[in-house]
Amino acid sequence: MVWINAVLQGVLLGGLYALFAAGLSLMFGVMRFVNIAHGDFIVVGAYLILTFVISWGLNPIIGVALVLILMAAAGYLNQRFVLNRVLGKDILPPILVTFGLSIIVQNGLLELFSADSRKLPTGTWETSSLALTDQIAVGLLPFLMFLTAVGVIAAMQFVFYRSALGRMLRATSDDPEIVPLMGGNNARIFAIATALASLVVGIAGIWLAMKTNFDPAAGPARLLFAFEAVIIGGLGNIWGTLLGGIILGVAQTVGAQIDAGYQILAGHLVFLLLLVLRPKGLLPKVSH
Amino acid sequence: MITRRGLLKSAAATSFTAAASGLALPAYAQNRTIKIGFVTPQTGPLAIFAEPDQFVIDQFRAQFAEGVDIGGTRHNIEIIVKDSQSNSNRASSAAQELILEDGVDIITATATPDTTNPVADQAELNGVPCITNDTPWQPHFFGRQGDPAVGFEYTYHFFWGLEDIIQVFMSLWDGVETNKVVGALWPNDPDGNGWSHPELGFPPVMGQAGYKLIDPGRYQNMTDDFSAQISAFKEAGVEIVSGVMIPPDFTTFWTQAAQQGFNPKVVNVAKASEFPQAMAALGPRCDGLSVEVWWHKYFPYMSSVTGQSCEALSDAYEAATGKPWTMPLGAKHSLFEVVIDALKRTEDIDSPEAISAAIRQTNMNTVFGPVNFQTGPVPNISKTPLAGGQWQLQGDKPVLEIVTNGHSPEIATTGAIKPIA
Repeated sequence: MVWINAVLQGVLLGGLYALFAAGLSLMFGVMRFVNIAHGDFIVVGAYLILTFVISWGLNPIIGVALVLILMAAAGYLNQRFVLNRVLGKDILPPILVTFGLSIIVQNGLLELFSADSRKLPTGTWETSSLALTDQIAVGLLPFLMFLTAVGVIAAMQFVFYRSALGRMLRATSDDPEIVPLMGGNNARIFAIATALASLVVGIAGIWLAMKTNFDPAAGPARLLFAFEAVIIGGLGNIWGTLLGGIILGVAQTVGAQIDAGYQILAGHLVFLLLLVLRPKGLLPKVSH
Repeated sequence: MITRRGLLKSAAATSFTAAASGLALPAYAQNRTIKIGFVTPQTGPLAIFAEPDQFVIDQFRAQFAEGVDIGGTRHNIEIIVKDSQSNSNRASSAAQELILEDGVDIITATATPDTTNPVADQAELNGVPCITNDTPWQPHFFGRQGDPAVGFEYTYHFFWGLEDIIQVFMSLWDGVETNKVVGALWPNDPDGNGWSHPELGFPPVMGQAGYKLIDPGRYQNMTDDFSAQISAFKEAGVEIVSGVMIPPDFTTFWTQAAQQGFNPKVVNVAKASEFPQAMAALGPRCDGLSVEVWWHKYFPYMSSVTGQSCEALSDAYEAATGKPWTMPLGAKHSLFEVVIDALKRTEDIDSPEAISAAIRQTNMNTVFGPVNFQTGPVPNISKTPLAGGQWQLQGDKPVLEIVTNGHSPEIATTGAIKPIA
């Protein structure tokens, strides 16, 4: 029974990892753009929702909408005016710039919100659960988080592979030199892609705020698992990211069931094993 | 005949003689600025420990704006603050800058082994007197390869130790009727490894006192899931949960425990439950959590510098910053109390050895309790008081009540312990 519970909790945990990884999957997997500040942007989303709902007392629905709009707008402007300038054949400049952004964001948050550890209280939501048997219970919040992850991934998949915008995004990612010949505007398309990714980052931030305590320095810890989920699932495969998150989550909870010390290690070992067996990830990159 | 070259030569010679005679002057006649270096984690994950820094430093700057009398001469005091960024390498280089560039006379540091250990190591290496606190004394002393027979020449530290927190935590467990089955949440870090040590940590003492230990193993910090631990605790019928966790991990555990229907009667987790801000983040779920208390608004001590009681100091802090008092406030204030006290007793302010000798002779009462480096468990260490506390909701505000005082009976309790509802 404890093993079934471990797997179940691992799947739910995988939803969290997939949610954290979704924005990265879009940027890193499709645009080949490594965003070191990804975790810090998630924390920014968490602070925004906290400010709107707790400090300003806005209706949570308006608060969520504001966070998403602000994050998407910030992502668009950031790509348009900062990141586009360093895009090119060399992948190092964007890494350095986003590394710098990560430090600026962390210290900016520290100035604004102090080092206090914060959390968005959700009242009885966070402690409610559905008891399936004596030993197995599914928490309401983790379950909703998992559903959100599935929803976000499905929506991203749709935009990317079923819409005109997605076609432009894929074309730009495949051959940035030809797209302008066809009348496309690379700078604008990249900015739109980042706006989409930032929207997803905003959603992840809102869930982070509800899940546990966060502080201005909480971002980088979120980055590693996100990268692993993207790579396990396969670069450029958005459903693969969800699968990667779930594999990582299950590996961790099952590892912890053997010994608490193996929890994080088990996740990393599975990651390494898959890297050896299937270097390109579990699901192949969908041909564009 | 006066040539340019000759003039320069003689000028150099004269100034050299002047400099030499300046060196020969007796040191006590010099009136100069005494520099105090202070390394603290102002940014990064440990920044919550540094929240009272500015208030305490402003307080001491105002108090000693006119300087301080040392051996009959008035000296100005300058406090130079450096940020460790919660990183031990950065703390080490901050200490180097203070020693080599600013030329501080005495160096101080607080908050966890990541800050106090590298700073004290640099001070010992460069022969600069150093006073630290807010790290349990074993990780500080033994973490720096201290030899109990020899001690250190320049570095001094005052705080409680592992034996004290074991005593206080057990007093909290004894306060509530339970089946004496304890679930441990000890991470894989210096604290967790120290606490779980089979000879020096909790396990042997717990065995003697009749407590049964359920230890699922050393987990990594920043874990997102504690379902394995919760299953193990439920299976063993654990009624007491104890550990030393960082705040995000504890929140993850405590929320998951509720989701999985695990309701222990006593939960005491050091680190995560020490700060009112972290407790406020938990909302009503913080009611009944217990923790060790190393400084409190109602501790019976008084500042040797401002004459404030703990209560007066807390009130002044809350009035000045609008934030609730936290335990590091007393630790920081007492740190500078010990520095000033030692400087005042120093016989030769220009000799690091003399300053170190004065620190060694420290025997004083601070707002953090008595400090005496002669009576510690090992040389260079002084132990400070500790009590057992419990967070109790008053309205919707968590208030830390002192509920057990077996370790330091001079501290009065402010409330009675109750099981978690």
